[in-house]
Amino acid sequence: MHHVIIGAGPAGVIAAETLRKTDRDSEITLLGDEPGMPYSRMAIPYFLTNEINAEGTHLRAEDHYARHGIDFRHERVTRIKPQKRILDLANGSTLSYDRLLLATGSRPVTIPISGVDLPGVHHCWTLNDAHRIRELAKPGAHVVLVGAGFIGCIIMGALLGRGTTLTVLELGDEMLPRMMDRTGAEILARWCTEKGVTIRTATRVTEIEKGGRTQNSFTRLSTGLIVHTETGEPLIADAVVLASGVRPNLDLLSESGIETDDGILVDHYLRTSQPSIYAAGDVAQGTDWSTGKRTVHAIQPTAAEHGRISACNMAGIPTHYPGSFSMNVLDTMGLISTSMGLWRREQGTNTAALLDRDRSRYMQLNFQGDRLIGALTIGHMGGWTGANGVLRGLIQSKTRLGKWKQRLQDDPTRVMEAYNFLLIARGGGH
Amino acid sequence: MQRFLHIQPQKCTGCLQCEMACSLDNEGIFNPAKSRIKVFVFHSEGQFAPFTCTQCNDAWCMNACPVDAIQVDRDTGAKIVIDTQCVGCKVCTIACPFGTINYNRDTGKVIKCDLCGGQPECVTACPTDAISYIDSDWAGFERMRASAEKSLASAANS
Repeated sequence: MHHVIIGAGPAGVIAAETLRKTDRDSEITLLGDEPGMPYSRMAIPYFLTNEINAEGTHLRAEDHYARHGIDFRHERVTRIKPQKRILDLANGSTLSYDRLLLATGSRPVTIPISGVDLPGVHHCWTLNDAHRIRELAKPGAHVVLVGAGFIGCIIMGALLGRGTTLTVLELGDEMLPRMMDRTGAEILARWCTEKGVTIRTATRVTEIEKGGRTQNSFTRLSTGLIVHTETGEPLIADAVVLASGVRPNLDLLSESGIETDDGILVDHYLRTSQPSIYAAGDVAQGTDWSTGKRTVHAIQPTAAEHGRISACNMAGIPTHYPGSFSMNVLDTMGLISTSMGLWRREQGTNTAALLDRDRSRYMQLNFQGDRLIGALTIGHMGGWTGANGVLRGLIQSKTRLGKWKQRLQDDPTRVMEAYNFLLIARGGGH
Repeated sequence: MQRFLHIQPQKCTGCLQCEMACSLDNEGIFNPAKSRIKVFVFHSEGQFAPFTCTQCNDAWCMNACPVDAIQVDRDTGAKIVIDTQCVGCKVCTIACPFGTINYNRDTGKVIKCDLCGGQPECVTACPTDAISYIDSDWAGFERMRASAEKSLASAANS
């Protein structure tokens, strides 16, 4: 049995490892099209701050793959031919497979304006991007970051920490539109402003052009850029970092007959619409545990779970996946925000919220009946964010809160206590 | 023989000696906020419940870590955080449905119970044997541990 995995991110690597354990005699080929060893994009912010070197971003030690009989190769696949079970490779050769896993991840969205390909303009997605940004983001450099979503917020501190003057432009009315409500976003915006970042929301970038010269770019850098926006003054920058979200990498699939929507549609066994082909991680559109609908969850825990489950199924061990759970945690210069499950207020749900604006703390719980279905927390180290795991526990165990619902509505910070009482003390766990 | 922390809340008096011992051993200071074991107080019920990592077999935190910073201690079976490898992304803190891996408020990196390398300080400190360190084949213990895991995992799988 020859298993081929396209994509050497967390989903691909975990799938390869799981296959090695579950299908011992199989041949496993792991294909990656970026240079170097498989690495974690999650580690890039810490690479930007110099807290770790490039090796620190690696998913596994260098000899790990060979030691486990995983043939890791630098190859780019150009086409999938499901009828023949063959892959065309960019080097002109072909590779045949018995079972195929698509773990091609996502790629950054390119905003449709002129100037995004100028020198000095970079996405912050690959390790290669991070190397370029490290060269440009020198002390005193003016950096414009486009996008205040998850990636923008997580790299903000790194860019500021490199001694740059940082301006963030966000198209939406608030920061973090997909993981925070307005109240949380306001706390975050104030926090960033107090740390010295200029935040401009509701701002559309219309063009980036060459020629800007900051005081710094004259002396240290060859680039100089002008960032034009729909409203307000143009900005002069030494570097522009684009972080406007990511989309599943579906390029390979043309004429493959594999069904897609936002991502590759997969069932509860991570199977695609084509026999012997599975998909996992950022590229897969599988069941959302909370809604039952198929949704792309481009997050690390989903990549890890998809990788494991798809591999079990590829190995012939039927493994049903109940769906991935939407959850995010983000550290923006010491302010920790988390979102879980169905946190948006909707008809049929009721919420409890606690706000301490002065100390940048906020917590919102969303209930349906007497069950918790979603939560938001925001707070700096020492805030109310120390009990995030139990929020997941309470939601995914579908625990009936009973009298604890009222207690949590009166004081949402009692979640840990509620959890302990309902699941451990009374549940007979310990 | 792998051993586990066995907690009997009914024996706990809420003295918090375990939290102090844990914090001192791991952080060098008496600060319950930095303890990897927490004692929950249910005032209305007059109950106390010490709570820490159960070192679950298929550890949620370990599976979610993007940089392989959570590994199995071969001597004790504990899932331990390799501090030099942890980047502080905190994904494990939301992945663990027991809330027993959290971040250190000074470093931003995560901390969890590591069974003190096989000599748990909380056990030594507990004056009433509410926390003990026992063999895993102790009758019934596995069943109890599994029930805590199952109450979440199987419910999550339903």
